[in-house]
Amino acid sequence: MEKEVIVIENATEKYAALDAFIEDHLEMAGNLIIILQEAQSIFGFLPREVTAHIAKKTGQTQAKIYGVATFYTQFRLTPIGKNLIMLCQGTACHVNGSQLIEEAVCEELEIKDGETTADGLFTLNNVACLGCCSLAPVMMIQNADGEETYGNLTKEKVVEILRGIREADTSAAS
Amino acid sequence: MNNIGKTMIINGTTVPFTNEKNVLDVVRNAGIDLPTFCYYSELSTYGACRMCIVEDEKGRILSSCSEVPRDGMVINTHTPKLRKHRKTILKLLLASHCRECTTCAKSQNCKLQDLANRFGIKQIKFDKSEKAWKDEYEIDDSSPSIVRDPNKCIHCGDCVRMCAEKQNVGAIDFALRGYEMMVTPAYEMPLAETECVNCGQCAAVCPTGAILIKDDTMKVWDAIEDSNKRVVVQVAPAVRVAFGEEFDMPEGANVMPLMVAAMRKVGFDEIYDTSFSADLTVIEETAEFVEKLSKPEELPLFTSCCPAWIKYVENKRPELMPHISSCKSPQQMFGSVFKEYAKDNATDDREVVVVSVMPCTAKKAEAIRPQFTHDGVKEVDYVITTQELANMIYEAGINFDELVPEAHDMPFGLYSGAGLIFGVTGGVTEAVIRKVLEDKSHNSFDSIKYLGVRGLEGTKEFELPLGDKILKIAVVSGLKNADNLIKRIQSGEVHFDFVEVMACPNGCINGAGQPYSSVFEKKERADGLYSADRQTKIKHADANPMVGTAYEDIIKDKAHQLLHVHY
Repeated sequence: MEKEVIVIENATEKYAALDAFIEDHLEMAGNLIIILQEAQSIFGFLPREVTAHIAKKTGQTQAKIYGVATFYTQFRLTPIGKNLIMLCQGTACHVNGSQLIEEAVCEELEIKDGETTADGLFTLNNVACLGCCSLAPVMMIQNADGEETYGNLTKEKVVEILRGIREADTSAAS
Repeated sequence: MNNIGKTMIINGTTVPFTNEKNVLDVVRNAGIDLPTFCYYSELSTYGACRMCIVEDEKGRILSSCSEVPRDGMVINTHTPKLRKHRKTILKLLLASHCRECTTCAKSQNCKLQDLANRFGIKQIKFDKSEKAWKDEYEIDDSSPSIVRDPNKCIHCGDCVRMCAEKQNVGAIDFALRGYEMMVTPAYEMPLAETECVNCGQCAAVCPTGAILIKDDTMKVWDAIEDSNKRVVVQVAPAVRVAFGEEFDMPEGANVMPLMVAAMRKVGFDEIYDTSFSADLTVIEETAEFVEKLSKPEELPLFTSCCPAWIKYVENKRPELMPHISSCKSPQQMFGSVFKEYAKDNATDDREVVVVSVMPCTAKKAEAIRPQFTHDGVKEVDYVITTQELANMIYEAGINFDELVPEAHDMPFGLYSGAGLIFGVTGGVTEAVIRKVLEDKSHNSFDSIKYLGVRGLEGTKEFELPLGDKILKIAVVSGLKNADNLIKRIQSGEVHFDFVEVMACPNGCINGAGQPYSSVFEKKERADGLYSADRQTKIKHADANPMVGTAYEDIIKDKAHQLLHVHY
């Protein structure tokens, strides 16, 4: 894995918040996962220097933390895009053509599952089941405004949705 | 709970048991060798490899390593079902394993290869699919001591548990999941950039060739072949009592005279002994200790012979550095003193090359530390392990068991028994005690061994009456034991004046460069060193006449530069 230099904004406040959380949970058995969850919610992902910091504070080894962080799909070691696409690949979505939807997303955004677009706008994650099978095929997009669910997708519909988000982002920026 | 009188039926035979911690131990004690990859009695039970499975009377399959023995149990160890399962497990492991045994350094010492032979695996029907056989992992040879080849890993986790549980280092762990799962440092960093202390115990327990000791024999062969080089070799104390195992000799046999003969045939120019410089270490370290006894705030004094321990302190306990003895290790003392000696005693104009034969993998890393290179000249040029020297002797085609014993070269081939026992946990301490005791009689030395300094326990604590004082001494081996002791010292629970630390459990005799062995306790090797000590006439460092000569003619006023170091 290549080293990337990532500048963390408001680092002091973020580390203070993390330290306070670790302090409260230091004595708890099996505390590593919730500490990593909290760190991810503070930093957006788990930067290498943050896991090193957690290792120091908790006395766990970095190798162990890396093991936990790479075992659970909920943890991210690289920053995600502004919009996280959770594309359902559950049974109902699968039989309703979720793979075609994935192809359309990949083609439109030029990324693969787990990757982020070069402009940092989208990250694609295949998920096992979103639990709303009546809407299959379905995806959920998570961003700063919250979560939005899109159901009964077709190739055309998904491209339209993605382009809509991109246009809204461009106009907001200008 | 009273365990006396309990029995179980193994393969139709009634077998008594007492307090064995699992069914596997009972079965093995009954003379049946159940195979395992992931089980070491000294480490926590993992229960992943499923090779140790047994079948109970209801046809249920249990992994014997994680099953508590119960009175009246009925088990079978090699029913048709079990034999089929074991073969399937082996075939699945082999399906996703590199099978280029002929070029693997672990060949003939590989448990996977051994069990595949033992269970008659001739054909593997599972596809070596792209997903199953990850042969694209890069080999990590960043470390001066250890080479990681994840392509040969069978995920038994022995290395992970060794590193974390015995050594308290945790440089490697499992990462990722499913087919992607691997044992790796955090972020797949090169091992050299981690907290690894180079002790090599991971390689000592690895059943396959996934973790190996770095091979430096080519460099030594090149030096030997170079007629412009004067190649001298020093042999560490612990090597001689394990070396014979490589040539089917009994464990613990002192084969130093045969090794000298073999090394002459291999082509080394002069053959010396690290036990000589261990005598120098004793003198310097004792002087330091006696001086510090008058400054109680600077105690305890920790020993500095073990480079893995030094690295551990640098990584995890830097606050202890002022308490670490400033003495160089015997390996480095030999190198610096010999090169100083060679300046005035050049036999010709050849360049001096000092080679060490060590039981240790961390010594490879120690020799290249910047503190031990002066004006571009290393004190010790190359370090090979016990196993590597055996490989050189094999390669040279020397019939080891047909050799006639020979003696070391002089002057650095003379050593005391105190220097010899450095190779076993407690040895450095005993050597220092021999030096500080005023009564150097046979009886006085003989009574030291009843103080509590001997024995293969991981932590030994005892008192030594000296003059009007009673010294408190601790001897630990295994870095986890060292860390536990440090915690007790720092909390104020205990006080010690002198602490000996060796990173490998049992001390250097169990170093990772020694011949592979599935037994943790190295009692025979320890007995071998103590026996060699008994057979020497010179019992303590001061009695070694070469030591006095070395101080007068070589070291003179340069003791600080030649024998001490600051990390």
